[in-house]
Amino acid sequence: MSYQYPDERGHFGEYGGRYVAETLMPALLELEEAYNEIRNDPSFKEEFHYYLKNYVGRPSPLYFARRLTEELGGAKIYLKREDLNHTGAHKVNNTVGQILLARRMGKQKVIAETGAGQHGVATATVAALFGMECEIFMGKEDIRRQALNVFRMKLLGAKVHECTSGTATLKDAMNDALRHWVTHVRDTFYVIGTVAGPHPYPQLVRDFQSVIGEEAKQQLQETEGRLPDVAIACIGGGSNAMGTFYPFIKDKSVRLIGVEAAGLGVDTDKHAASITAGAPGVLHGNKTYLLQNEDGQINHAHSISAGLDYPGVGPEHAHLKDIGRAEYASITDTEALAAFQKLTRIEGIIPALESAHAIAEVMKLAPTLPKEQILLVCLSGRGDKDIHTVADAMGVEF
Amino acid sequence: MSRIDKTFADLRRKQETALIPFLTAGDPDLATTSKLIRTLAENGADLIELGVPFSDPMADGPTIQAASERALRAGTTVRKVLQLVAEVRSDCQIPLVLMGYYNPVFRYGAEQFAKDAAAAGVDGLLLVDLPPEEVGEISAIMKAAKIALITLLAPTTPSERMSKLAAAAEGYLYYVSMTGVTGTQKVSPADIKAAVENLQSMTEVPVGVGFGITTPEDAKAVGEFADGVVVGSALVKIIAENAGSDELLPRVGKFIAELKQGLLA
Repeated sequence: MSYQYPDERGHFGEYGGRYVAETLMPALLELEEAYNEIRNDPSFKEEFHYYLKNYVGRPSPLYFARRLTEELGGAKIYLKREDLNHTGAHKVNNTVGQILLARRMGKQKVIAETGAGQHGVATATVAALFGMECEIFMGKEDIRRQALNVFRMKLLGAKVHECTSGTATLKDAMNDALRHWVTHVRDTFYVIGTVAGPHPYPQLVRDFQSVIGEEAKQQLQETEGRLPDVAIACIGGGSNAMGTFYPFIKDKSVRLIGVEAAGLGVDTDKHAASITAGAPGVLHGNKTYLLQNEDGQINHAHSISAGLDYPGVGPEHAHLKDIGRAEYASITDTEALAAFQKLTRIEGIIPALESAHAIAEVMKLAPTLPKEQILLVCLSGRGDKDIHTVADAMGVEF
Repeated sequence: MSRIDKTFADLRRKQETALIPFLTAGDPDLATTSKLIRTLAENGADLIELGVPFSDPMADGPTIQAASERALRAGTTVRKVLQLVAEVRSDCQIPLVLMGYYNPVFRYGAEQFAKDAAAAGVDGLLLVDLPPEEVGEISAIMKAAKIALITLLAPTTPSERMSKLAAAAEGYLYYVSMTGVTGTQKVSPADIKAAVENLQSMTEVPVGVGFGITTPEDAKAVGEFADGVVVGSALVKIIAENAGSDELLPRVGKFIAELKQGLLA
């Protein structure tokens, strides 16, 4: 199958593109040009992989979850352990790539938006590594939910801006980051944390995160001698999912399943399932599925997981949905909490609440599949940051 | 000739600079916006940019963000803004340009929007987040409906790109005076004069300048070289401070008259 996206205008079929103010257009064109130059430059690849290996700790293990597999009684479950990366999630793969790119472009300042704080921490970490100025934009509500990560970013030397407009979550942090970027575009590099935003971000974030799927493919080849039957990952903006899926897109036998946050249920108004229950629209520089009302105003998203609490999704997922190459499921807060506890008790792995959505889908799917099938799951991050949220939900007080 | 072209042609003949106030439709409510439009027209505005509120106004500073939130809370929708324009057209022929973000228009459906906007009496459309790279998806539709698509240019726009965009422009060109969001910094007329004059040398289309123009002095200084000056956040602030008061229309009228005086002086 031929799959060549984005096209030269940055579109994935109907989606993607560059819907930004004129002030930012030249910066995006400059970024696109710089990225096209370095993406096939062996010295960049070498530098990127040097830091992934020696700083991030890659390759991340592919772990056969024996007890979970036995308990569910179906397909073999392999966890791609992105939670073991430096800083605790897949986010750092992308921040290493983008900050190396920023350095090659001669930019000394970086900014980033963050929801759960993982991307903010990953950006602040790599900025510290290279002695760069770093400012992070985070919603007031998320600052409350993720106090530990806020302190971590400050320790790393980043300035954290509290965003109070709108819903005071990831969407509004991204608005404020874009406002800051428009004001400081000449010397500032915007490190977007997911496969969304204007072209070329969805492409370059996907490319940097593809190390997840590439490694997993090779690791499975070594242990099982074959491809997985299903690859599963959670989706907020969708970067760990895109990184997991992309190397398998041309392998048609591999089912790709993205798991959105259903919050209190997709039939309520408190969820973050943009593909399952949204409609096409334009926000944050790209055309994609969005949670919106009939007048084109963006709705509030909700998820127990701050990292999935976003009313949009990366445009490549929108495209994969429309062409039928990937499927999109959704998992409620309650199901995610149950999966969080299950994986913790049965495998001794505390997953991030985001990743617990993927595990919850595995718990539904694995028992329906024959034992010889292989399920690859991206365990995108670890759950230390979520302990307070989970304790709250379980009614535990410290 | 369109209302926009006629207005600029008349001003050019008189060697006057266009005064272009911006206000958010539905802030504090649509009935007040209707009165405000007439007040602006009666006190010297030459063209009005009417903001269509959006939940995520990424190019706007705090003043216009807050105005958008108030307008949305008051129940403003695209359909109601078009009804407002139709109602204003019963006795007021000032050129009206709808300004905002793409998603509400996309969601409405560009063809239906063009049809309804033209029927209501809208003259132009300025979508902040629909740059030349993407505007192709609606440009033929708007052209057919005789709605001018206003192009934005910024200090970061390279010269070659600027001349390409200027050549394709219609209505007027909106030159953003600074890198930033609306209403957060002061314009520096001396810094932008050369850029605006360079732009004027590339096109017959009038060049309006916006962002950071807050006083009659700013307007006068920019009006020395620009074909139009846009005043947004400063007006929105006056509306916010006087909403619900009998003083609202007189204060707005006085502010507009002072700006116009600055441009005529």
